[in-house]
Amino acid sequence: MGTAGDQLRVVTSGEAAPGQAPSAALAEVTSSEMTLRRFLAGLPGVDQVGAEQRAAALATRSIKARAKTWAIDTAISMVDLTTLEGADTPGKVHALCMKAVRPDPEDARVPPVAAVCVYPDLVGVAKAALGSLPVKVASVATAFPSGRASRAVKLADVRDALEAGADEVDMVIDRGAFLAGHYGQVLEEVQAVKAACGAAHLKVILETGELATYDNVRRASWTAMLAGADFIKTSTGKVVPASTLPVGLVMLEAVRDFAATTGRLVGVKFAGGIRTTKDAIRYLVLANEVAGEAWLEPDLLRLGASSLLNDLLMQRRKQQSGAYAGSQDLSVE
Amino acid sequence: MLEGRLAVNKTYKLYIAGAFPRSESGRSYPVRTADGTHLANAALASRKDVREAVAAARAAQPKWARATAYNRGQILYRIAEMLEERSAQFAEQVARCEGLAGTEAVLVVSASVDRLVYYAGWSDKVAQVAGAANPVAGPYFNFSLPGPTGVIGIIAPPDSSLLGLVSVLAPVIVTGNTAVVLASEERPLPAVTFAEVLATSDVPGGVVNLLTGRLAELAPVLAAHRDVDGLDLCGVAEQDAAALERAAADNVKRVLRAERSPEWEHRPSPRRMLHFVEIKTVWHPIGA
Repeated sequence: MGTAGDQLRVVTSGEAAPGQAPSAALAEVTSSEMTLRRFLAGLPGVDQVGAEQRAAALATRSIKARAKTWAIDTAISMVDLTTLEGADTPGKVHALCMKAVRPDPEDARVPPVAAVCVYPDLVGVAKAALGSLPVKVASVATAFPSGRASRAVKLADVRDALEAGADEVDMVIDRGAFLAGHYGQVLEEVQAVKAACGAAHLKVILETGELATYDNVRRASWTAMLAGADFIKTSTGKVVPASTLPVGLVMLEAVRDFAATTGRLVGVKFAGGIRTTKDAIRYLVLANEVAGEAWLEPDLLRLGASSLLNDLLMQRRKQQSGAYAGSQDLSVE
Repeated sequence: MLEGRLAVNKTYKLYIAGAFPRSESGRSYPVRTADGTHLANAALASRKDVREAVAAARAAQPKWARATAYNRGQILYRIAEMLEERSAQFAEQVARCEGLAGTEAVLVVSASVDRLVYYAGWSDKVAQVAGAANPVAGPYFNFSLPGPTGVIGIIAPPDSSLLGLVSVLAPVIVTGNTAVVLASEERPLPAVTFAEVLATSDVPGGVVNLLTGRLAELAPVLAAHRDVDGLDLCGVAEQDAAALERAAADNVKRVLRAERSPEWEHRPSPRRMLHFVEIKTVWHPIGA
């Protein structure tokens, strides 16, 4: 299976220059709709059977004992504890923040999660609850989850979140434009949001469940990275299928190849449908095998989830005490 | 039988969440008749099968408890009907596993059917016996009502593989509990066949989960599992009970100690049922 990196080296006809981002050739790629289209069309196609097979093979890897203990703690520190419901209340967000800081009230050795993820209007509540504690506040924006609004509205949504104090912004791409082939429009929009974000981290949600093919996932990943995304994220969690292992594999290949070309490491966030410790560990294995060990930290890998955290804590308690933990011993948000 | 026809032997599997999976471990163990002849191989469950079974029982519990008492009674009665229809098969299996004469085995199966009918009848009466309308000094109705304890782990009797099993299982589920049953280690086959009866009796998946395997391996895991609310140690030898009780104490499970060689053929009592219920008292203004 040829990688996008191989192909890119042909495009740039030169060595990858780590630390120099974005490379001159890639700047050329983003210079016009046509060059971008040509570049994306030139990315090698994904071998669907191969990708699914490799993802399935990696999923069978057995992680036990000390490695499992490490994996559980690492996964906890990567969780973006999420609540994105119409019924969210300030009280619920406050409770979620408290849980984010101290996931297991009976064990202070459990690390805090990476971030809490809420709608823009609740960022203020989360920020007030967390203060200077080591948990970031992420906010979805740009007319999440559909992304069906004018660019002015989307940018206003982003500004709203940032003014309320969001450290990270999770934007959705315009899947309609992407599927219609208007890649330049998608690119511009991500660039515009990135510019509006300033210092805040930008995660770009591809909503892979609506992209139909792995080739599209690869193209969308590259488009987002070329536009300056700090993270690429699988899914909003509102569409089924959400995050799947083969899609994760394709995205991790994309960030690996992007890093090889430009030297810039882009993070990956898997979100939606990750409920068990087993699922989470599979994504860790995938990241380690496909992108590399550098990605095994919260700055480059996130797991967007709500019910996953309780399962991680139950497994952690099982590791500690030897007895299976009770599902009713933990708080349910 | 056709000349030279290949024997089609049944695979005895576990019963978890309404399905019949093999053990996660892929293991099995030989089951012999009372006089030592090989009968079949049964699944040798592992601690992970216990975990799956408890998760299934937990998931099924709220809905089973919400079903009306009348509905639960009907379902227990349905189990009795299905068992009655297959009584010849059970009589033969019980006879081979327990070394009983044919007529004795028929009586055991009939007693099992009657036991189910007995507890089916209790479903909408237990609240009248165990509950009360309490006199209070105020303008209130005050009711105490028995509700299910939750997920109950049952270690089934080792000798009485069908009647014993039915006699400990029916009183647990009739009040709205769900159960994880460790079948008799030496005589698991009637229990597995009984699971087939459960699967065709409108019992929702997960209400009864049945595992076969080594008690020494599975019982401590079940006793220590924090998602189990009660433990029936009926099938545990006296010298092993204390350790299991200690393990069960971690989350304050209700524990029913083994009786000294209970006579399952005797008249059943509602006491078994009342051990795994929680009394809830509600106040309601009289009004006017």
